[in-house]
Amino acid sequence: MADISISNSSTAAVGSLSVEALAGPQKRARKEALIRSVFLLASLVSILISVLIVVSLVRESWTFMTQVDWSVTWGQNGWRPRRGLYDMPTLLVASLIVTVIAMLVAGPLGLGAAIYLSEYASKKTRSFFKPILEVLAGVPSVVLGFFALFFISPQVIERIGRNGWLVIGAVIIIAYLAVIAGWTRNLVRREAGTELATQIKRVLTLTALVATALILIWWVNSVAGSGDPASADFFSVKRSGQLAAAAVGVGILTIPLVASVSEDALASVPQELRSASAGLGARKLTTTVQVVLPAAVSGIVAAFIIGISRALGETMVVFMAGGAADEATFTSSPFEGSLTMTAGMASLATGTDNVVGEGLTFQSLYFVGFVLFLLTLFLNIAAGRFVNRVRERY
Amino acid sequence: MAKRTPSVIAGLRGPRVNAEDIATDDSVDTDMADAVPATTGQDRGFVAEDIVFDASDLSVYYGDFRAVRDVNMLIQRKEITALIGPSGCGKSTVLRSFNRMNDLIPTARVEGDLLYRGVDLYDPRVDPVEVRRRIGMVFQKPNPFPKSIYDNVAYGPRVAGRKKGLDDVVESSLRKAALWDEVKDRLQESAIGMSGGQQQRLSIARAIASDPEVLLMDEPCSALDPIATARIEELMAELKDEYTILIVTHNMQQAARVSDRTAFFSVEVDETSDRRTGLLVEYTTTEKLFSNPDDERTENYITGRFG
Repeated sequence: MADISISNSSTAAVGSLSVEALAGPQKRARKEALIRSVFLLASLVSILISVLIVVSLVRESWTFMTQVDWSVTWGQNGWRPRRGLYDMPTLLVASLIVTVIAMLVAGPLGLGAAIYLSEYASKKTRSFFKPILEVLAGVPSVVLGFFALFFISPQVIERIGRNGWLVIGAVIIIAYLAVIAGWTRNLVRREAGTELATQIKRVLTLTALVATALILIWWVNSVAGSGDPASADFFSVKRSGQLAAAAVGVGILTIPLVASVSEDALASVPQELRSASAGLGARKLTTTVQVVLPAAVSGIVAAFIIGISRALGETMVVFMAGGAADEATFTSSPFEGSLTMTAGMASLATGTDNVVGEGLTFQSLYFVGFVLFLLTLFLNIAAGRFVNRVRERY
Repeated sequence: MAKRTPSVIAGLRGPRVNAEDIATDDSVDTDMADAVPATTGQDRGFVAEDIVFDASDLSVYYGDFRAVRDVNMLIQRKEITALIGPSGCGKSTVLRSFNRMNDLIPTARVEGDLLYRGVDLYDPRVDPVEVRRRIGMVFQKPNPFPKSIYDNVAYGPRVAGRKKGLDDVVESSLRKAALWDEVKDRLQESAIGMSGGQQQRLSIARAIASDPEVLLMDEPCSALDPIATARIEELMAELKDEYTILIVTHNMQQAARVSDRTAFFSVEVDETSDRRTGLLVEYTTTEKLFSNPDDERTENYITGRFG
């Protein structure tokens, strides 16, 4: 008891503080709380919007999926929503063709530009080229659509001719497969026996089988003649759009994306690795191929997957230059007109929500959108997982 | 001052003619004896036939800025030569000019003469890539490639075009770097998972796998703990039997422990432009430099009164 009274008096002598003295101004605390809730609200609104989009997508697709006669969605030889024929393969194959060709354009050009900018260009050259690349990224897709329709299609695709493109395409595809096979072999050899190696092997075998099958089908179809023989004529200039032209346009739009993401990946490779390689007597090209690219592989894969996502989702160019209006006949030839998933949706949903057609036409667009959404979601998840997997190692 | 031998220059000019021919070319030594002045004035104890580097009035510039000036040094074969001095004195810059690593910096430029076994390293006909295959380098930070341990060590021989006998090269290099026993069971694992000390020994193994004649080490222990440092120092003493080693170090005790000769670099500040230029103050045997230096600046530095 005595102790307490003594300590009380001594604290009083030092000068005891009330809690209020350290509480700070009330006004500031309220302001902090307010600001906090404003930002929280902003993030909640964007989450809510995303959720609403998915919900409306799922709801209408569900209506479609539960009410449609599934036989009209497969093997109908054409996407004719006004007549109640919702043939999905037509759209899926067109999307696949556009994406593959777009990546054949954007992949090498984008990665090549990234390698040049990051490894070879002097500071001065880089400060000249990078803004140009950014301008390309800022070109509205409708402009590219015009370009594809009125220049790429008649002046590039048709002039070189179908047979010329088949040869060029085959060479590019074989070169691609060779490079990927080489890299995979090295990767698998390096990871020999690990779980990662078996997974990669499994995924790649499957991909290779599917790809080979698709290429074969496309090849046979293109050579053995869907379409009239006249279009195979070297000098015939067709005045309409076609998937190949649209795909090249999409590819051009995708170049800056692939280039900038790949360049970030290359630039993040530590300078010491380049010095070490040079110090061991490696030439620039050896350093780039043997050290820098493998070290940046996760970022480059991510760049390609993001590019694929972008190409798959591009609408305006394929709508304008794809060579079909609001319905399309099934084709596996890039030299025919057709509708991709995105173009198929855009061509009917213009201006009003008053989509003309059979009962389920309106819902069918949601269904296509839902499929597209799942595909891109899957791609993004795959990209993320692959990037993390590889990053763990290095 | 140098009499250049065409055969030797041809050897340094890429693409590689035949490394073995040049490495065992007896005429090189004889030619070099001609190239090197009999007396250097710096120190006694140099054997003319065993001079690996001869730098005379070597200056290195970055753009207009002279980073280091008027370096005169002879480097003796199969010795460890240490380069010490305060920060910014240009010792690393000098080291990097010895295998033309400075070429990687676009603005860097060298003046004066730098002879490697009688050949002017900066002769326009000399290919820096060929130089670096003969004069290996170990860096400050351990920097393994994101590859397996095996592929890291085999990198140098592979880029030089070697395909056969890599297993033996990898094993002997790892043995020389005192790393073999620790990693022999996991050669195919990524080198990224190794400890810092192991990674630095891997960097040394990687450098000696190319079978260089000289090893340049740029503060190889600065990122390591004392135990790993002791390992590397032991290793250097062993490697001395086969390689000529130049080491830049911030650690004076380390220089005193491992090296045969020591060069002390210092900085002079230009009062008007406030630019700092490095210069070689004193270069002599390690024993003399640390016990009885000629120059007052050296004495101040090693006794801790400066720097």
